[in-house]
Amino acid sequence: MASVAIKASGLVKWFGEGEAKTSALRSVELEATFGEMLYIVGPSGSGKTTLLSVLSGILRPNAGNVLVEGTDIWSLPADQLADFRRNKIGFVFQDYHLFPRLTTAENVAIPLILRKQDWDASVERAKQCLEVVGLKSRADLPPVKLSGGEQQRVAIARAIVSEPDILIMDEPTASLDGDTGHTVVAFVHRNLMNEHRCIIIVTHDNRIYEFATRILKMEDGRLLGSEGRAA
Amino acid sequence: MKGILKLAYKLLVNDKAKFSALLVGNAFAVFGMMFATCMFVGVLHHSFSTVTNVGASIWVMDPAVQTVANTIGMPDYVLDSVRSMDGVKYAVPLYSGGALVKLNDGTYQSVSVIGLDDTSLFGRPELLQGKIEDIYAENGFIVVRDADFVKLGNPEIGSEFQLNDHRCVVVGIAKVPASGLFGIPTVYTTYNRAIQYIPSPRYTISYVLAEPKNPSDVAAIKQQVEALGYLAITQEEFMQRITNFYVYRTGMGTNILIMTIISFIVGLSISGQTFYTFILENLERFGALKAIGMRSRELVGMVLFQASFTALTGYGLGVGLCTVLITLAKIRLPDYFATITYFNLGLALVMVLIIAAVSSYYGARRVLRIEPFDIFRG
Repeated sequence: MASVAIKASGLVKWFGEGEAKTSALRSVELEATFGEMLYIVGPSGSGKTTLLSVLSGILRPNAGNVLVEGTDIWSLPADQLADFRRNKIGFVFQDYHLFPRLTTAENVAIPLILRKQDWDASVERAKQCLEVVGLKSRADLPPVKLSGGEQQRVAIARAIVSEPDILIMDEPTASLDGDTGHTVVAFVHRNLMNEHRCIIIVTHDNRIYEFATRILKMEDGRLLGSEGRAA
Repeated sequence: MKGILKLAYKLLVNDKAKFSALLVGNAFAVFGMMFATCMFVGVLHHSFSTVTNVGASIWVMDPAVQTVANTIGMPDYVLDSVRSMDGVKYAVPLYSGGALVKLNDGTYQSVSVIGLDDTSLFGRPELLQGKIEDIYAENGFIVVRDADFVKLGNPEIGSEFQLNDHRCVVVGIAKVPASGLFGIPTVYTTYNRAIQYIPSPRYTISYVLAEPKNPSDVAAIKQQVEALGYLAITQEEFMQRITNFYVYRTGMGTNILIMTIISFIVGLSISGQTFYTFILENLERFGALKAIGMRSRELVGMVLFQASFTALTGYGLGVGLCTVLITLAKIRLPDYFATITYFNLGLALVMVLIIAAVSSYYGARRVLRIEPFDIFRG
């Protein structure tokens, strides 16, 4: 039986106060295991991104806790929480957030540099990662010279360069056309999914559902249930 | 931290337009501040040149004297009194005044005349040509070879000019550490010849130069001179008195202060705004770094490094530009008053670091306020 990567219980999160108060998470319970590619799907405003942020140590919940490999991440001080994100989690943002003034390889090397690794060695390792995502020839170009799909793959390379246990992807196909989005997620499924890694993807793109091992539906801040898939 | 600083460096330097604007802002702010203060320091150095050139320990003068050029004659008994005071090793008179000399070509030239004590020649300059004893020769004058030397027609030993219809003969060419403020040549002669050749008021002693037996006697000498109704101050105090006069009583200090503040504000405006814009443009990326796991103090470190790097590079460029211009000006204009001192360098450094601190403060505040969740939300 696969071990538990993330266990969240009683997650409550709201924004604003008084009449402006909006509930984003309402008593969410969730468990994700290593070796699975978990999708969280639902309409816009259902709380998917909020849940992802709470699970990855970015947004503090109003109530509930998140255990990552047994550690309650929201009991950690700020610096240790930053270290946790640095060491355990790889992020792929919806808008990539690549640095236009750095080369593609330097962008990918950032997580290693944050881990105090040598600059040149980090860039070298980043180039190896770019080879994995098929972009080695683009290593010395700035990201702005790359297509949307290539930039997404650079963002994925940056997320996996430090070999994190948990990979968080927020709407990975939102900025891509259908075919490119499908290709990118297929690549993630084929190359990055393994029994030591838990991949959580937030999406509402049903064209990539085929790669999920499990899909959780979310609506109005609640997880409605899950649907297992033989991906 | 080394890798993070390199990251900060690359983010900054690779944005060539902003980096150039930051350097230009800082460099011109430093240039402005340096130039204004260097000119002022140059003026001050020249304004107390007689004090430094003569080099007496104690200067006795009328209390109304503010600068070395504006002397008030003292009666002879002041000299006698000072000589008889406890703690005084010796005391000599000094004449300092202006005169108009007639050159051989018939033109007139203003000069500064220093009359040295006939017996001791205390305060005599270092001679480049001639012998100091020749100053006792009939009509003997020593001319200082400085930037204004040429205004006397490049005299040589034996050259002549007239002072108040008295024949004057150049018996020596001297050099002094600093030339005067007003761009006129300086000549030395004996005290008695000076007061004889130059139309003088009733009292002729400009200063009494005194040497204490021991440094500890200075305070007692000052008290005794004060009791006499005059003022005794050390060389450093006299220089400070002259500085105070130019700073506080001529408006020069206020003007320099205004110029320095304007340079500072211009630098702060250009650099501060450009740096803030740079931070705003990269805010989302800083947020992404925060999400990926960069600690807040590492982010602040990046911002501080970027602000300090631009400030110090701009400082170097500004100092370099100022140095080049002053050097070129001095080549073309020997009288040019501008001196770079550690004070100028230190002041400009402090000001540019303040610019860096203010710029980075607002930048760091924005960076600390960005929430990684905002990055997720897009």
